[in-house]
Amino acid sequence: MKSFSNKKVIPGYRFTCGITFFYLSLILLIPLAAFVLYTAGMGWEKFLAVVLDYRVFHAYYISLLTALAAAVINGVFGLLLAWVLVRYDFFGKRLLDGLIDLPFALPTAVAGIALTTLYAENGWLGQYLYALGIPSAFSPLGITLAMVFVGLPFVARSVQPVLRDLDPQVEEAAALLGAGDWLTFRRVIFPELVSPLLTGFSLSFARGVGEYGSVVFIAGNLPYETEIAPLLIMAKLEQFDYQAAAAIALVLLLLSFAILLVINGYQRYRVQKQGV
Amino acid sequence: MVAVKPHNFRQWGLIGLAAVFLLVMLVLPLILVASEALAKGWQVYLDALNEPFARKALFLTLEATVAAVLGNTVFGLASAWLLTKYDFRGKAFWSSLLDLPFAISPVVAGLLFVILFGRMSPIYPFLRAEHIAIIFAVPGIILATVFVTFPFITRELVPIMEAQGRSEEEAAATMGASGWTIFRRVTLPNIKWALIYGVILCTARALGEFGAVSVVSGHIRGKTNTLPLHIEILYNEYNFTAAFAVASILVILAVVILILRNLVEWRAKRGLRNGN
Amino acid sequence: MKARKWFGLAAGVLFTIGALTGCSGDTAADNGSAGKEFLNVSYDPTRELFAEFNEKFKEEWKKESGEDVTFSQSHGGSGKQARSVRDGLEADVVTLALAYDVDEIAQAGLIDKDWIKKFPDNSAPYTSTIVFLVRKGNPKNIHDWNDLVRDDVQIVTPNPKTSGGARWNYLAAWEYAKEHNNGDEAKIKDFLKVMFSHVVALDSGARGATTSFVQRGQGDVLIAWENEALLSVKDAPNDYEIVVPSISILAEPSVAVVDEVVERKGTRKLAEAYINFLYSKEGQEIAAKNFYRPRDKEVAAKYANVFLPLKLVTIDGAFGGWTKAQKEHFADGGTFDQIYEKK
Repeated sequence: MKSFSNKKVIPGYRFTCGITFFYLSLILLIPLAAFVLYTAGMGWEKFLAVVLDYRVFHAYYISLLTALAAAVINGVFGLLLAWVLVRYDFFGKRLLDGLIDLPFALPTAVAGIALTTLYAENGWLGQYLYALGIPSAFSPLGITLAMVFVGLPFVARSVQPVLRDLDPQVEEAAALLGAGDWLTFRRVIFPELVSPLLTGFSLSFARGVGEYGSVVFIAGNLPYETEIAPLLIMAKLEQFDYQAAAAIALVLLLLSFAILLVINGYQRYRVQKQGV
Repeated sequence: MVAVKPHNFRQWGLIGLAAVFLLVMLVLPLILVASEALAKGWQVYLDALNEPFARKALFLTLEATVAAVLGNTVFGLASAWLLTKYDFRGKAFWSSLLDLPFAISPVVAGLLFVILFGRMSPIYPFLRAEHIAIIFAVPGIILATVFVTFPFITRELVPIMEAQGRSEEEAAATMGASGWTIFRRVTLPNIKWALIYGVILCTARALGEFGAVSVVSGHIRGKTNTLPLHIEILYNEYNFTAAFAVASILVILAVVILILRNLVEWRAKRGLRNGN
Repeated sequence: MKARKWFGLAAGVLFTIGALTGCSGDTAADNGSAGKEFLNVSYDPTRELFAEFNEKFKEEWKKESGEDVTFSQSHGGSGKQARSVRDGLEADVVTLALAYDVDEIAQAGLIDKDWIKKFPDNSAPYTSTIVFLVRKGNPKNIHDWNDLVRDDVQIVTPNPKTSGGARWNYLAAWEYAKEHNNGDEAKIKDFLKVMFSHVVALDSGARGATTSFVQRGQGDVLIAWENEALLSVKDAPNDYEIVVPSISILAEPSVAVVDEVVERKGTRKLAEAYINFLYSKEGQEIAAKNFYRPRDKEVAAKYANVFLPLKLVTIDGAFGGWTKAQKEHFADGGTFDQIYEKK
């Protein structure tokens, strides 16, 4: 970690750097290295045979697609929630605000069971959706719903603090200059929110890709239709084939990491552009 | 940002949309949990909570949560400071690395520690000779909980610290303030809401963590069973009502944390007014 | 200014709690080497069985040896529990859903390879079988395996890939098809292919499948272990009934002493007495009360009205043991994968 400029005016670089990398190594890097070494023990041939299997491939596809859909839904509604909670005063606001974090506290399995009960054919909501010809449980839609649930807090909670700290004078100035609400939002407010929005989006996406506990209950787990990649990892473990499980996990991890990297890279790029 | 009372149709519309979304995605599943928990009446509900194993599980969950939140707060502050106050090479890479625990399926997260500390690990003979129990004991549960929750605080802090820039800290530094003073006097007041959000998310997630802990716990009743694992066991032995009763405890815990947060917020606001 | 005071206070409280709980964490970890502890690692639906059994055995052992022992139980999916033991969970005995899982621990060197001969009846003190759970009145008129391939029947069964118990379901269906097609493997696979095309939900575990069937109203028939089907009927006698097919498989949940652990802890005698007690009259009675078929003839006779007679094949007789069955049917590319292959 070498700096390329002497701009470290603020003290504490060594200290924070030390803590960060010590902690990161202990919790993440060492276990991850052990994991990669362990997977490497299986050899290329077997690795490729496992991860390129058609059924495994299909499971990645379903996992990534449903997670993407869920992240988009969470992006839109997370922004809406943050906006409403920061901008408006209304009865029950505190309650709404408090509810947002609950999906994290509920164990994923309980969430899965509760959602399946709701959206199954005889469920409170499922009965209407099924009547409309929408199979809401045991379908990709069901998987997406579960992922929306587990990823819900990410976007709202990332956007909220930034929105709260936005300088009202900029907006007032824009309004004085005759810009309409929509224009003000689009040109003045939204650009400030892109960074937290992307953070929330990528976290929600990543969480969806890896989610197992809640999804298995509502997925139905039919091969080629609703079989997600984490389920295949479990299936491999169940056959005591740790390496094959690790191989699928590794591919999934790299895919998610690549997406996070692109999003983070884009954010850096924006920050730097603004800085200039 | 000052919140206003909604005064036109569009604003009420936005609030309504947000409320409906939360109702369908969040409130209904929670109502379901409550109604299942009380399906057999209060007595059965209280009995389920009074069981000694349930209480031990609750205690273990709290223990792991407190440990995870403490460690992650220190780490979160240090890493957010590092990522926003300095320039260094490969920032996007390190930043993405921080998000990785979200992308790793919880089951795989648990597996990482099993591979690192389990019988197949090269350090296992040493651990056993020294009678150090990590996995299938409390330290493993704490490690797994820390792992799945450690990006939260960093993620909450980075966008806001980025939005605020470095000028205030730099000014303070030029005037000769120490790093600790800058942090306490300049940075902390600006980021306290984000920090509180981060701590709450981290707490909520730590309370509910299931997948990773389930792999490293060993499921020994009264010793290494956390509350979410206890719920799974109850469910698996066809004790639907008790499972949901115990799940409702987690929801109540999350609500308690929110009330605490609101209390802090209220005191802080009052303090501010008095100061003025 | 006030806000900062609050922060300081909160940090102080958190730190104190952390320090206190940290201490209690250490004591919990130390207990592992105390020696008077006994851990039975079992699979999911046996908790009540062993809760009751441990109480009885505790008294028995106290009488016999004067020792006070703390019995702990651990429950989870059978395969997952086997993995935990293999990875270092200090179990004195394992009581799992199928011999394959115990074999896997044996392969890691923790259990003697000949474990299955150490105790009577293939080291399976109690048994069960695979039956059908249908809705009350049996509206779809389901009586045997061939009714499951009818177009109007929807099936719920767990996924044999992730659930050890579900492998018995699959093999029971296979055995029926084998008998009715004179062992023609292509026809057997066709039968299973049609049957599994009627599966509406392949839950990851037996409990999930039961929930899909019972709580969600999915499907017309649940293929389940007899003990779990009996539990569902006990809970809701007006909603469900059990159908016993013409042929099924004898499910033998295995028990074994974990040699490496008991040697180290010096608990071999205790572990062996524990398992032998499962074969005693009292042990058998407890198993029967929890809906497992007892091996003991007298106890079995007492519960004859609960456990209906049917033709049962064994895994060894019909499939040449678990290792072979696992490889042929459930490994990657095995018959289960073949019937799900895309055309």
